[in-house]
Amino acid sequence: MEIKVLGPGCKKCSKTEKLVQEVIKETGVDATVEKVTDMMEIASYGIFGTPSVIVDNEVKCTGKVPKKDEIKVWLLK
Amino acid sequence: MKSKTDDKKINKALLLNILMITTGITLWWFIYKSLPEISSWATYSLLQIEKGSHIGSSIEFFLYDTPKVMMLLFIVVFGVGMIRSFFTPEKTRAFLSGKSEFAGNVFAALLGIITPFCSCSAVPLFIGFVTAGVPLGVTFSFLISAPMVNEIALGLLYGLLGWKVAAIYLATGLFIAISAGWVIGRLNLEDHIEDWVKQTNASGLAMEEESLTLNDRIIYGWDAVKEIFARVWLYVILGIAVGAGIHGFVPEGVMAGIMGKDSIWSVPLSVLIGVPMYSNAAGVIPVVEALLGKGAALGSVLAFMMSVIALSLPELVILRKVLKPKLIAVFVVVVSSGILLVGYLFNIIL
Repeated sequence: MEIKVLGPGCKKCSKTEKLVQEVIKETGVDATVEKVTDMMEIASYGIFGTPSVIVDNEVKCTGKVPKKDEIKVWLLK
Repeated sequence: MKSKTDDKKINKALLLNILMITTGITLWWFIYKSLPEISSWATYSLLQIEKGSHIGSSIEFFLYDTPKVMMLLFIVVFGVGMIRSFFTPEKTRAFLSGKSEFAGNVFAALLGIITPFCSCSAVPLFIGFVTAGVPLGVTFSFLISAPMVNEIALGLLYGLLGWKVAAIYLATGLFIAISAGWVIGRLNLEDHIEDWVKQTNASGLAMEEESLTLNDRIIYGWDAVKEIFARVWLYVILGIAVGAGIHGFVPEGVMAGIMGKDSIWSVPLSVLIGVPMYSNAAGVIPVVEALLGKGAALGSVLAFMMSVIALSLPELVILRKVLKPKLIAVFVVVVSSGILLVGYLFNIIL
């Protein structure tokens, strides 16, 4: 599973990344996390609210820090 | 598929939420109404400070304003948070693309108030708007209105200075966002967007629409409260402390000379002081309240407040990634001119 956390590096973005990492650890899902901070790349995903989480090329959330439960649902599907 | 028991559970949770909110608001109202007595009692009886002294007047201001501002902030942020859950930047963009210029500016400024938006995503939002065919000037109307006319400022102005000041602020903020965006659009500055922006294909992946229940919206409002409080509480306390200092120690009428309506320089001076200052509405408004109390003119104070929250150095640095220097300069000049105009206008007519 390929997870991308998009955000220029504000507080909320790092928090999102941390939460995703925590959920991966807790659930033991096999997944890689990539942090995308480059504005050009972020824009090319067509999202304009950061932080944003993309799981296997599917945009899961934009413009807010997701809750742990939400992340779990995305990862365990 | 949802089972019946699931539905019942949701209904119960909703009922509980509504009950808690009603109780909360009632309790809120009673505490709010008795704040003047509590603060005065705490200052003069509990802390035994002499009535009429400078320090007493400062402390009373601080003890009164801190809970008052926090309580107002709480209710406004919660309410607006719930309203905002109906809007997303995606919907706003879809609505704005293809709008004609003037109407587009008006709608963009209005939507700027209620669309959830954080200044750290100004760049992706800018790209998303421009590449989707939202005109440059319309995009700017949104980008100006979003930080300047915000729910925190409106709620606090209403609570601390009354509905007239809040309405003036709303009207003039919208006016500046609409006119500045329109002027920027007329100047045909599309060439001054950084080249890579135009090459970006921002149509990429789109997210499927979420449907939210009332319960989700209540949670959304609650999350907004937690997030905004974590971000602004320190600014609020610092702002009130500065305001309290002004309130207690600056003599009556001193501000009339510096920020009064008869001084020609007061408005540009207020803007010059305001632009490099980086605070947010919640921190600035207690200062504004105290300045007004000491004879500063409303126009100068409005100009000060708007330049603090609408033009900030960090935001300009972020925007520099997508805008060439000339367009940044135009943005600053046009917005400051709008603020100056509003400042002078109010100093003259009031």
